[in-house]
Amino acid sequence: MYRAHVLVCAGAGCVSSRSRDVRDELVKILGERDISEEVRVIETGCIGTCDLGPVMIVYPEGVFYQKLGLGDVAQIVDEHLIRGRVVERLLYRAPLTEIVTEKMRDLEFFRRQYRIALRNTGVIDPESIEEYIARDGYMALGTVLDGMTPDQVIQEITASGLRGRGGGGFPTGRKWDFAAQAPVGQKYVVCNADEGDPGAFMDRSIIEGDPHSIIEAMAIAGYAIGADQGYVYVRAEYPLAVERFQLALQQAREYGFLGSAILGTDFHFDLDVRVGAGAFVCGEETALLNSIEGNRGEPRPRPPFPAVAGLWGRPTIINNVETYANVPPIIQHGAKWFSKIGTEASRGTKVFAMAGNINNTGLVEVPMGTTLRELIYDIGGGIPGNKRFKAAQTGGPSGGCLTEDHLDTPMDYDTLLELGSMMGSGGLIVMDEDTCMVDIARFFLDFTRDESCGKCNPCRIGTTRMLSILERLVSGEGQQGDIEELEDLAVFIQETSLCGLGQSAPNPVLSTLKNFRSEYEAHIRERRCPAGHCRALISYTIVAETCIGCGICARHCPSNAIVGERRNPYSIVTELCTKCGVCLQECPVQAIQKR
Amino acid sequence: MCSTVADKVYTIVDRFRDTPGSLIPILHAIQEEYGYLSRDVQAMVASELGISPAKVHGVVSFYSFFTEQAKGEHEIGVCMGTACYVRGAADVLEAFQNQLHIRAGETTSDQRFTIGMTRCIGACGLAPVVTINDDVYGRLAPDRVPELIEKYRRQ
Repeated sequence: MYRAHVLVCAGAGCVSSRSRDVRDELVKILGERDISEEVRVIETGCIGTCDLGPVMIVYPEGVFYQKLGLGDVAQIVDEHLIRGRVVERLLYRAPLTEIVTEKMRDLEFFRRQYRIALRNTGVIDPESIEEYIARDGYMALGTVLDGMTPDQVIQEITASGLRGRGGGGFPTGRKWDFAAQAPVGQKYVVCNADEGDPGAFMDRSIIEGDPHSIIEAMAIAGYAIGADQGYVYVRAEYPLAVERFQLALQQAREYGFLGSAILGTDFHFDLDVRVGAGAFVCGEETALLNSIEGNRGEPRPRPPFPAVAGLWGRPTIINNVETYANVPPIIQHGAKWFSKIGTEASRGTKVFAMAGNINNTGLVEVPMGTTLRELIYDIGGGIPGNKRFKAAQTGGPSGGCLTEDHLDTPMDYDTLLELGSMMGSGGLIVMDEDTCMVDIARFFLDFTRDESCGKCNPCRIGTTRMLSILERLVSGEGQQGDIEELEDLAVFIQETSLCGLGQSAPNPVLSTLKNFRSEYEAHIRERRCPAGHCRALISYTIVAETCIGCGICARHCPSNAIVGERRNPYSIVTELCTKCGVCLQECPVQAIQKR
Repeated sequence: MCSTVADKVYTIVDRFRDTPGSLIPILHAIQEEYGYLSRDVQAMVASELGISPAKVHGVVSFYSFFTEQAKGEHEIGVCMGTACYVRGAADVLEAFQNQLHIRAGETTSDQRFTIGMTRCIGACGLAPVVTINDDVYGRLAPDRVPELIEKYRRQ
C-alpha cells in the first residue's frame, strides 16, 4: 500500500523537456530517503499542459508542480513527500493575474474540460494494461460480446451521433453500417493515425497515453462489421507512439482481448501496426490503403468507397484515433448519455491542440460548441506579451482562419464550414498581430505543393502556380491582377482535384483573402507588409534623436551593417542589412524603427 | 555488393516475407540498418520479392522518409509545422544554415551534419522545435544554435 502516488507526465512534449531525467532523479532520491516503498512513481501519457513541462502531480492531494528542473526534485521529496508541505515556488502561476493554483483540478486549464476521448491520457500508466482495466477498460468489449448483436452495436453508435473526428465529420455509425451491409467475407478495420495536420497532436497523445482504448474500440468495430483483422497506420514521426502501441498489442493478446476466441466467445480479431514513411497525402483514406498495401500512397478515385472496396479490394472501415477513443464510453454509458453533450448536429466533445501565440499551449477536450473565446482566453490564458489576437487557423492546410469577429461563434463542424474553415482534426494555431496572413497562406501552399502526390494535374500544377504568385507577393513583387488569378486558380483546383488534399488546398488562400483582403492589397499596391513580417517589405532605421550611441546594436549585428562612433548616433547601411531584427531586440532605448 | 550486406538484406526480406504489403516495412528495416537505400539494395529487394526495380524505386522516391543518399553523422531536423513556423522556425533554420554553411537537405563535406526540415513532430507546445538525432530541443532561439552544434561536434 502506497501513501502517495506521483504522476510524471511522459507525453512527447514533456519528454522533450527532459521529463525522463526528472523521473529518474525522483526515483533515485526516493531511494536515498528510503521511502521507495511508500511513494509510487507512475509515468503517464500527455497531461495536456505541454508548455509547462516537465510536470508532476502528487496524490492524494492532487498538487500540480510544473516547469521542473532536476534540482527541484529533492525539494519536492523532502518538503512535500516527507514533511507534507507544498512547495509553493513550483506551483502554477497564471501569466496575467499572477494567481497561484495548487491543485490540478482547480487550474482553469482543466476545470473547463470534459474528457471522454482523453479520459485516461495523463491519468494511467500507458504501459500497464492493468491500469486500463482498473479504469473500466475492456468493459465495453465485454458488454458487446456478451449479448449485443453486431446490428445493435451499430445502432448504438449511430444513435450517439458520433461523427468522424479526423476531418470530414462523416457519421461513424453510417460508415460502419455500409461495411456491415457488404457481403460476408474478409473485411478490415483500419485506424488512421497518420496525423499529418501540422499543429495537431491529439492522436499522438491518445496512442501514447491510452493505447488500449484504441485496441478495444477497433475490436468492437471488428465485431460490428464482421472483420477479423485490423491495421493501425501510424506516422513515422511518432516513434514513441509506435513503441507503446506494439507493447499494448502484446499485452492485449496475453490477456485474451485480441486473437482467437476473445473472452471465451467465437469472435476472432487481431491487429497489426503499419508505420508510414512521411507522406501527408496518406492521411487521405484511399491513399492510406494504398500505403498499407505497400504501394505509393496515391489516392484512388471514389466511388467505390472503402466500405465497399477498400484494403486489397475488401470492405474496410477507416476511422481516426480520436473517433475510436469515443467508442468504448458510448457503449458503456449509452448513446443517450453521449448525445446530450455538445450541439444538435455535433454531439460529444472535441479535442483541440492549441499552439502558436497562446499562453497555455497543449491539448484540451471540451464539449462541441464551446466558443473560440473560451478556448483562447479562458482555457488558453490569452496571447503572450499582451499582444492582440489576430486569427486562429483550424483544419490545418485544408482549413481556414477565424478572426476576432468569430470569437463568440460555437466551434462545431457546421459552423466552421459556414465560416470557410473546417474542424479538421482539431489543430488550433493562434496567431497574434505580428503574423502576416499572406505569408501564412504562402506557408500552407508551400506545404500542400510539396505534399501533392502528383497524380492529378489540378493539384500538382495548380498548387505550384498559386505558390509562385504568393511568393511574388511576400517578396514585394506582386502585380495587379494577382489576387484575381489566385481566386480563379483556387476555384479551379477545388472543383477538379482527385482527392481531399487538392480539393481543400486552396482553402487557406480563400479564407485569408476573405478575412484579410486589405493585407494582400497592401503587399501589391503599397509594397508594404502591414504586420511587419515580410522581410523584403520592411526596413530598419535608427532614430538619431533617440540613439544614445552605446554601440550595442553594432556589436550584435551579424552582418556588420550598423556603423557609427560611440556616443554619437549610429546608422544602418541598407545594402548590408539582412533585416534579421537583432538590433531591434538589443537596443536598450528603443531607437530602432521597423517600417 | 559485398556479401554481408546481401545476407543482411535477405534476412530482413525473409522476416517480412509473409507480411501482407511487406515492401514498406522491409525498406524501413533496411534503412534503419544502413541509413539509406542504395540502388543496389533496391534492386536486391525487387528481385527477392519478385517485383520490378521500378516499383521499388517508385515507393522509395514517393515517401520523404526514404533516402537514397547517406546522411551525415548528426541529423538536424528543424520542425516546419505551423506552430513552429509561427514562433520563428524559419529563423532557426537560417541560423543552422549560416553556421554550417550548407542549405537544408545538404550534408557538410566532412559528413558530420545534415540539415533537414521535418514535418510537425507534435511537440507544438514547445515551438520552435529542433531534433538532433534522437534528441529534441524545444523553444530554441537562433542564438543557441552555435552552442548546440559545438556540443555535437565534440561528440
